[in-house]
This record gives sequence, structure tokens and C-alpha cells, in this order.
Amino acid sequence: MLLIQCPVCGVEAEETEFAPGGEAHILRPEPGCSDAEWSAYLFERKNPRAVHYERWRHAFGCGKWFHMARHTHTLEIFGVYAADAPEPPQEIRDRIAERTAP
Amino acid sequence: MTRLKSGGALIDRDTSVTFTFDGKPFRGMKGDTLASALLANGVRLVNRSYKYHRPRGVVTSGPEEPNALVNLGSGDRHEPNIRMTQIELFDGLEATSQNRYPSLKSDVGVLNAAASRLYPAGFYYKTFIHPRVAWKHLFEPVIRRIAGLGRAPTEADPDTYEHQYAFCDTLIAGGGPAGLLAARRAGEAGERVMLVEQTERWGGRLLTDDDAEIDGKPARDWIAGQVAALEAMENVTLRLRTCCSAAFDHGYALLYERRADHMTPTGPRHRLWRVRAGQIVGATGMIERPIPFYGNDFPGVMLASAVRDYVRLWGVAPGQRTVLYTTNDDGYRTALALHEAGCHVAAILDARADPVGILVEQAREAGLTVMSATGIGKVSGNRDGVREIQTVPLDRGDDVELGKRIECDCVAMAGGWSPVVHLYSHSGGKVVWDADRAMYRPDPENPPRDRHGEPYVRLVGGAGGALTTGDVLASVGGATPSVVAAAEQPARPVWFTPSQGKAALGGKHFLDYQNDVTVADIRLAAREGFESVEHAKRYTTLGMATDQGKLSNINGHAILAETLGKAMADVGTTTFRPPYTPISMGVIAGQEKGLLFKPVRQTALHDWHAEQGAEFEPVGDWRRPYRYQRDSEGREASITREIKRVREKVGLLDASTLGKIIVRGPDAGKFLDLMYTNMMSTLKPGKCRYGLMCNDNGFLMDDGVVARLDEQTFLCHTTSGGSDRVHAWMEEWLQTEWFDMRVLTANVTEQWSQFAVAGPNARALLERLEGDVDFAALPFMGFAEGTVAGMPVRVFRISFSGELSYELAVPTSYALSLWEALLDVGGDLGVGPYGTEALHVLRAEKGFIVIGDETDGTVTPHDVGMSWAVSKKKDDFIGKRAMERSDLTRQGRKQLVGLLTEDPGYVLPDGAHALSKDGERAIGHVTSTYHSPTIGRSIAMALIEGGMDRMGETVQIGIDRKTSVKAVIASPVFYDKDGARQNV
Ligand SMILES: [Zn+2]
Repeated sequence: MLLIQCPVCGVEAEETEFAPGGEAHILRPEPGCSDAEWSAYLFERKNPRAVHYERWRHAFGCGKWFHMARHTHTLEIFGVYAADAPEPPQEIRDRIAERTAP
Repeated sequence: MTRLKSGGALIDRDTSVTFTFDGKPFRGMKGDTLASALLANGVRLVNRSYKYHRPRGVVTSGPEEPNALVNLGSGDRHEPNIRMTQIELFDGLEATSQNRYPSLKSDVGVLNAAASRLYPAGFYYKTFIHPRVAWKHLFEPVIRRIAGLGRAPTEADPDTYEHQYAFCDTLIAGGGPAGLLAARRAGEAGERVMLVEQTERWGGRLLTDDDAEIDGKPARDWIAGQVAALEAMENVTLRLRTCCSAAFDHGYALLYERRADHMTPTGPRHRLWRVRAGQIVGATGMIERPIPFYGNDFPGVMLASAVRDYVRLWGVAPGQRTVLYTTNDDGYRTALALHEAGCHVAAILDARADPVGILVEQAREAGLTVMSATGIGKVSGNRDGVREIQTVPLDRGDDVELGKRIECDCVAMAGGWSPVVHLYSHSGGKVVWDADRAMYRPDPENPPRDRHGEPYVRLVGGAGGALTTGDVLASVGGATPSVVAAAEQPARPVWFTPSQGKAALGGKHFLDYQNDVTVADIRLAAREGFESVEHAKRYTTLGMATDQGKLSNINGHAILAETLGKAMADVGTTTFRPPYTPISMGVIAGQEKGLLFKPVRQTALHDWHAEQGAEFEPVGDWRRPYRYQRDSEGREASITREIKRVREKVGLLDASTLGKIIVRGPDAGKFLDLMYTNMMSTLKPGKCRYGLMCNDNGFLMDDGVVARLDEQTFLCHTTSGGSDRVHAWMEEWLQTEWFDMRVLTANVTEQWSQFAVAGPNARALLERLEGDVDFAALPFMGFAEGTVAGMPVRVFRISFSGELSYELAVPTSYALSLWEALLDVGGDLGVGPYGTEALHVLRAEKGFIVIGDETDGTVTPHDVGMSWAVSKKKDDFIGKRAMERSDLTRQGRKQLVGLLTEDPGYVLPDGAHALSKDGERAIGHVTSTYHSPTIGRSIAMALIEGGMDRMGETVQIGIDRKTSVKAVIASPVFYDKDGARQNV
């Protein structure tokens, strides 16, 4: 069971206090988009054995959504960041580069 | 009796304990396990094997025991499949053998053994495929009766179980020398330490093998010193009878404490510790391996380490004449222990060509016979155990012939030691094959990692691969105590001992005792192409019994490697999964059973409903009155009475369970335009609008009435089961997609109680209550706030029954006062409560949908005839783009219609399928179906392909394989099609 720190309220808690929300940074296309774009938005998800940017909600805590960078195999957590961030902050990307360097 | 005259470090010879096995009374001693006590009483046959029903005895002295499983207790305390090697004896213990019929000694299942040629590897897959009907009526009942473990208990468990949370810097699993030393080091460093040990004693194998001297002291004294030092440390918690069952992600561990299994329970019987640890140190030791040879499963064939445990710890001689078959020096300790205790050692067979070394010499000096390069070729015996063995020379290539016969009643197998690497493997660490030491040990390059990417599980001592006391203590790190112990020579692993010529196996060489898997089974699996260790495991069931292959896996994998001509490292091993040993169902549930299993939501009127004879039904997490029982009337009669009350007079419904979400802010209207398919921003304050909510697949997910309380505030009603989901849904969009909108939400479902007042007399009833709400002036779909009977109310003129109807909401603390006030003033108007079943019939008569009945996650608003509620003006809303996808716009989608059966008295079964003309295909299904007292016939709603274009068509509705009935497709609005009754 993962140990996660909520970046909004600061609480460090068990995974069961959180609800996962799948892959992060998926843009919702405009209504005029093609069927293929809409289908990709609805159904296409990465499933890497690698670093994964994902959405989580502190469901049984402050109720807030946030982002997390996590390795799906080693379960290492590289950082958590705001739900409205369009991409992972540089600081977290640096840490990932450092930690996953061969 | 086989109790020795002296010795037995764990037993108290002055305290006798009485117990029964298969109803027969026995005596043991305080400190005995059930296994040691039965052995002391000369009971060797304790079980029948799973598949062949072969007689089996105790093999081990610990949790790895594959054979000696019993039913413990009786009646409501009956528990099957408990390992007797782990049962501490107490007065009044009752145990019964299992997997035998009618008794252990005369078991009809032995026929299986005669028919064992019919049970090769994979026999379930091969033998019982055809004919299919025979499986259910013939094969399965027979297999279930003969095969199988103990019987599941039939009564509720009277004991209590609990979960406990704990946190520490370092959790140490295993109270042997490595665990004690690791705890000491961590404790001295000021860490919060938990040290747990699965047995009732500290010291691990040092209690039995006390020939080493540590820091100049006998091993036992060193242990006592460590325990005393640890007990004095405030930062160290020590727990006996507590097994570290599992190590999970990020330092989460489960500990299984058998708190009261050794006594009549007081307080919780078992405890599940949920621990979050910074570091986990696995000092879990090793398990000795058996050696596969012909007949290696007769009672009396035991692990060498177990034989000497019984001698040294419990003062029991497992045999009077023992043959030791060893691959290493350590095995000699068993011969020496037996010899020292005055038991005859008939021979020592050593697989090695030239055994030397200190322990070997000690045995020779004691006058024991040592035969080198020799193994056991065959064991003979009967259900009471071993009678004799025949030796076989090893290293003779193809010319194998059985040798000397040696009479004996016990065989000790010393096949080498396997580290208990489970905790490492549980959480993602890898193990590697160490050919020099013939063992899987933890791979330091691939440890389990915590959230920072740092290793957090470390295996020390035997678990890490250390074979001698000196190495065990050195592996902990820090200053190593000085150890004086006998040096040991390298072992020579034996994975299989032939009983005749190289190719022929001759007789059964068991690998997995509990699942009756033999060497031949693994070879057959390999020949049939099950080359992956995971496939061979599943095909043969090797390692899939309750012991999870603790004794069998390594030997099995070695046989597979040998058969395939591969190196052990290339075959690989299966993954060790938690829990380490079985844990009780009770402890998994903990306190979360009965009323605590899942909290039930009750409205403020729950007790009132119960007093009025309500029969409750679950709706989401709520309990709602389904109907109210009057006198001795039947179910149907109460529902009809309640429906008629609403259609003819006035009824009250407790609608408090409806979700109520406040959405407020300058952008609230804009936000709700995105959440609902229809337009909400144009709603005027003081007005209500029915809204539909879809997901981005375009499918309906919730519905409800939205009221605009003021310019910036909306109240969104949701379905009873949907309030939390819809609230979370709104928050998700506000926080992750439209975070620039100035909107706040609050779920006030439980702050407000809400009642429907429905029926022709509704207005007259409400006008009798004092207050400032003008009910007559309030238009249909209007909203007002005011005071009624001195209480602050919100009034919504909305109708789910089609009648003149108001819904009144009050702060929940006023709920009962308002409800009773309504009943008090309306006796002559015929007022009374109605339940959810009447509600459902009333709405079905009007063709109103219920989310979850008419929808199933694949239904759009258009499908249910609600295109009018889907805005064409809005640029976007959730579900808009999806509804343009080809599958959602195609002709022939299932559409909501009404069904009128040819026989008006026949009520269709819920979910029944409508059939195509040729009867070959389902073209839809019944979603709601009732008898309607209002129109005096059955009515149903259904989703049928192209249904809206089929009005008036007759369809067949399949009832079962042979029967179908006719029904006419009609409008789903069965009553008051113009809505005249609510517009008065
Ligand atoms: Zn939080």
C-alpha cells in the first residue's frame, strides 16, 4: 500500500485514503474535434512499465485532486504537484532524470 | 510411549495436559505442540493425502508442515486445516483428522491410490472434460467428497478479532539469533523497533542446535541475555506468536498475532497488525528441504531438523531406530542428538563421496555407521509408518540397483536448507540462484524499494543465505559477536534419488506432499511442453496447496531444470506471495462485521418508519421504507393501498435520501450548463428544472430537479444513490478541468430532510398548516422559501407521481415535527405515508425513468425519449461530443417504450428479453414491470431496438427456454398522458 503525501493539505497518508484518477495531462478536445481525437481522449491510455504521471484525489481527506509522478514498477514516487499544472514541474522532471539515469 | 526420560527444553514435565484426537483422550505436557504430544503418544498416522489418500505423518516441527493438518475445535469454534506443528497444547483441546472417510485407519479413498494411474499431472484437465454434463452430476460431487481438505465451519464464529495499527522505524521479522541481534543494534541506535516471532519462543534454531558458543557463553545464555536487554529498552516492542505475514509497498507490513490460540480465548483471538515501517529486516531463517526418494511419504519420514527438534525441545523420540539421509554436515547434528538421547541410529547415508568434517568425525567417534555416496532407494512400510529402507548407491550412472536393507521406524532427511526469502519477494525484490550453496537467496541488486527509491527490505541470517551461526550473526552488520562452532564442509544437493535404472522412476517419489505431486508428474509436465516454471506449477499443482510449496518448490524446480536440461538459474522460480502462512478469515474481517461491515445510512424518520411497520429496502447505502404493513394485509395489498392514496387523496413520501448539492458562485450557471445536458443558466430564481447528467461517453449517469435559489445559487437534486458520486464528479471537473471558474459546491444531503406531499388533496393539506407560503400561487416547477408550522421550509412544486405534488425540505432537526404536523392536520383528507414501491409504480404509470432501471451505463437521453432535455444551443456540455459519435446516432439503437402484455393480468419478469421475429435473437429487455392498480392491468417499460418506430407492434417476450408471451409496444406513458392531474 502506497504512502502518499497530499500536496494540498500536506497530510501523509495510506493509499486507501486516496482515490486514483488515471493518467494525467489528458486534454479534453474541443467539441468540434474529430471522432479519432474524441476516441483517444475517452479511451487511449498509456500503461507504461516506467514513470507515470497520474491523477489522484485525497478522497477521504481534504477532497482535493492533485498530480503524482510514480514509477509503476518500482513504485518510487518522484513528486506530487498541483491539479491545474499543465505539465510536471521542472523540479520533478529533474528528479526523475536523476533517479532513472542508467 | 516415545517420550524420552529426560530432556525437552520447552516442556514442563510436572504439568500434564489432556486433549482429544478423533475423540480419543490423550495426555501431553505443558509446552507440547499437538504434533509433539501425538508423537509422544506413539500416534504417527495423522492425515490422509489429498489426492491418493495415502497415510501421512508429521514431517516438520514448524509452519512449513504440509501433512499434519487437522480440524481444531468443534461446533461454532470448529476450524479446518490447522497445522498441528503450530498448535500449542492446552487443556481441553479437541482436534480431528480430516480428508478421510470413515476414519483415518480405514479410508475408502485409498481406492484412489490403486487407481492412481488415472490421476496423472493435469488430470483435472484431461480426464473430466467430456461429457460436459457428467462434470456437474458425476465427477464434481465424487471429487469433492474424496479430495479436499477440512470442512468449512457452518456456524458463526463466536470469537472476536481485531485490527491494530502501528508505526516503527524498523520492523524485524523472526526472533532467532539474527533477529535478536538486529533488534539490539537498532534499539541501541535509538530507533523505534518492533521484533516479532511466529512461535512462542525466542532463539530460533539455536534452542535446538546449542553446540555453538557466542561471546564466550553457551548459545542459550546468549539468547536470554539478548532478550533481557531488549525487554529493558523502551523503544523496542517484542511480540511472540506474531508472524510477519506480508511485506507490501512502501514499508507496509501485516503481522498476524495468534493471541489466544493456546488457551480458552479471552479478548480477541487473533490480531492483525497493520504496520508502517521505515525498514523491514527479515530474519526469517531457513527451511530444510526433504529429499525425493521412493516412498518418502510414509509416516516416520521427517526432516532431520524436525527429528532433533522433537528430541531436544519436547523430549520425544520420533523413532527408536532412525536412518539419516543427508547431503550436508548439518544433518549429522540429528544423528548426534538421537545418539545422545539414547535412541538408535541405524545408519547415516551421506550423498557425498568423501564426508569429512568435525560433525562427521563426531558421529564416527560415537560409533555410528556412515555410508558415503549412498542414498535411500526405497522405503517400505504401512499406514503406521516406515518398516525398512533399502540403500542405493549414488553416482553409478545407469546401473542402479537397490542395496542393503536396513530396518528402521524413522527416516531423517537432510536435503539442505532454503532461505525463507518470502518477505523480499512479496514486495518486488528478486531472488537469485546461488549454485555454490544450492539455494535461492535475495538479489542485493534488486531489492524492494520504498517511495524514495531506496531499499527497505533486508534479509539477514539464514534468510540471507548464511549457513552457520557465525555467518548468521556477521550478516546483521555492526560489531559481530565472537562465535565458536564446528566448521562445516560443502553440501552436495540431491534433487532425486533413483530406485532402479536411470530412466525408470519406479514408485512414487513425492515432491509436494499436500497436493500429492511426484517427480514423475513434473517430468510428464515438462515432456508435454509445460516448460515454464509457472506453467508446470499450475499443470501439476506443485506448490499450490495451503503450504504454498515451502518444502517442495525448490526440489520441483530442480527436477524441471534437470528434465529440460537447463541450468536452475534459467528455469527460474515462482513468486512467493503473501501471506507467508494462512491467516484466519476472522482476522481479515476484524471488527468489520455485522453492523460494522458497511455503515447504513438512515433518514431522520427511520425509527418512525419502523414503528409504522415499514419493510425497508436498500437504496445505495440508505435504507428506505419499501412499503408500510397495515394489520395482516399482504405485500401487494399494502402497495395498492398506498398507490390509491396518492392517486385519490394525499400521500407522504420520505424523500430525504435524494442528494442535495449546493452550487454557488458567479460562474455557477455556466458550470451547470456543462454538467447537465440541458440549459441551466437561463433558469430564473424561484424556478425548478428537471436535468439530465451524462458522462463524456454520452451515457446517462444521473438525473434530478435543479432549483435556482438566487442569482448565484443553485440546488441540484441527485438520485438517492448518487449524491456522493455526483458531488465528487462536480468537484473533479471544477478542480481538474474548469479550475478557472468561480464556483463552490457543498453536499448538503444530510442537512436537509425532504418530503413529497402528493395527491389531489396535497394543497388542501398544506394550506391547513400555518405559515407564509402561498401554495395556491406557487406554479408547477416553482420554488418558494418561507415558514410552515413555525419551521423554515423550502417548497418545490415538482411531481414524480404525476399528481398535484409539493416537496418540502426542512433542516433535518425539524424533520419529525413537520412530518407529524402533516399527518396530524390531514386525517380527514386521507393522508398517510407511502413507500418506494408505490413510488416506483406511480412513476412507471407516468413513464418516468429511474437511473439504474431504465439506464445501465450504455443509454443516452435520446434512447429514453428525452431529446427535449438535450440542449442544441450550447457549445459544449459533458456528453455532447460523444452523442455525435456514429454508434450513438445510428438507427436501430435500443429505445425506451412501454409494453402491454396480451394477458393484462400477467406481469412480465424484470429483465426478460424481447425476441426477434424468428426468436433467435434478443432485441431488447424489460427495464421496469409492475401491476398498475390505477389502470387495472400490468405495465412494463423496455428498451427495444428501434422501439419508437414500432408502436403497436406485437413482440414475443421470452420467459424461459420454452415459454414466451406476447406484448404490444406502446407509449411508456400509461396514465394521464397530457399531465392534467399535476396542473391544477
Ligand atoms: Zn489533502
